[in-house]
Amino acid sequence: MAQNIVIVNTGCANISSVKFAVERLGVNVTVSDDTQVISKADKVFLPGVGTANAAMASIEQKQLVSCIRDLSQPVLGICLGMQLMVDESEEGIGKNTPCLGLIPGQVKRMQVGELRLPHMGWNQISPVEQNTLFKGIDAGSYFYFVHSFAVAPSEYTLASCDYGMTFSAAIHKDNFFGVQFHPERSSHAGAQLLKNFLEL
Amino acid sequence: MLARRIIPCLDVRDGKVVKGVKFRNHEIIGDIVPLAEQYALQGADELVFYDITASSDQRVVDKSWVSRIAEVIDIPFCVAGGIKSVEDAGRILEMGADKISVNSPALANPQLITDLHNTFGQQCVVVGIDSFYNEETGIYQVYQFTGDESRTQQTRWQTAEWVKEVQERGAGEIVLNCMNQDGVRKGYDLAQLKAIRDICSVPLIASGGAGEIQHFVDVFQQADVDGALAASVFHKGIIAMDELKQVLRDNDIAIRDDIRPQEQ
Repeated sequence: MAQNIVIVNTGCANISSVKFAVERLGVNVTVSDDTQVISKADKVFLPGVGTANAAMASIEQKQLVSCIRDLSQPVLGICLGMQLMVDESEEGIGKNTPCLGLIPGQVKRMQVGELRLPHMGWNQISPVEQNTLFKGIDAGSYFYFVHSFAVAPSEYTLASCDYGMTFSAAIHKDNFFGVQFHPERSSHAGAQLLKNFLEL
Repeated sequence: MLARRIIPCLDVRDGKVVKGVKFRNHEIIGDIVPLAEQYALQGADELVFYDITASSDQRVVDKSWVSRIAEVIDIPFCVAGGIKSVEDAGRILEMGADKISVNSPALANPQLITDLHNTFGQQCVVVGIDSFYNEETGIYQVYQFTGDESRTQQTRWQTAEWVKEVQERGAGEIVLNCMNQDGVRKGYDLAQLKAIRDICSVPLIASGGAGEIQHFVDVFQQADVDGALAASVFHKGIIAMDELKQVLRDNDIAIRDDIRPQEQ
């Protein structure tokens, strides 16, 4: 399986860990912000940590918006990368941040009552139905989360998670997939999910 | 349900894992990468690497081991020690660390916490606090430069005040190290942790004092911490990770199962 796997260099910080996780599966991967390289990939990762406004500013500054929107191969957004896939994020300086609009949805600050934020640590997910991304991953499997903002459940939700509220742990529309957790840091379950994505 | 985290801490000096008693007399435990890998396989939920030389020496410390760890382990890890600037933090995060923890440099320059938050986001900013209970005054006081006994000094901060300050500045997690307990394995400082829990709305990690499995049960049940950090009990094989996690589950504490996905 000599696939051409590209991680979009969003200028964010978790790129190395995503790269290493894919390499642990025995697959070579390129990190790039070159639209030609990204467009030709078989699979694309869109990683991200930090804030939505900073990440979108970086993507815009690198002139990657239309390139990402035009992709037709499978794309996996991770954590903030997933949040960037929806229409808009509440996370911004004094105003909402417009996102890539690949999957309908809004990113909102989590309302968790007395619970602590960020939602940080290992939590259990429930896939909504049999789906390829979660093949072989049981309901109740733990994944590693670190976030304070989330996307509400919708018809695009692939898996949900509970922390003071129910939110989308994974979303999907057409060729675009997004996961709120960090598969690159989620032990065996995370490796299985990455493998499933690479086998799409 | 969000699981409570068991976090082995590996103190690093010159690229080796070391452990001392009450921050002193460090002995070498082993090489970093194999130990990290071993803990990940045993079911640790997260790892902390604390470069104890860094904050107290002026020299630039070689951190290439960070990317060697990131290559092999598939659980989150945090790097502490010697991170004095946004640039220092950026380098560690680029090498694949998930979080960075600041302690003495944040005391010298609290603005560092704000800057780290604004640059990298709250989720990767951990503030480590070394808190010492003065029995004469009955006050918990923050100390700095605890990696080097000759430079260890009391700061002007009472622990509760500093905990509030770092949250206002954007800390995403607090590791509270109770110095009186460190390395002596008599149990976590439950009274202090309970008091800090009440004023801490971000994840709180207990550190210092774990000696037996019951100490972990107590700290989760009584102090409601999000994670418990320990070093010597794991390094010296006093507590086995799988037994610890099973006892915690038996006490109705939410603990991660590391289920291997089914082959299909």
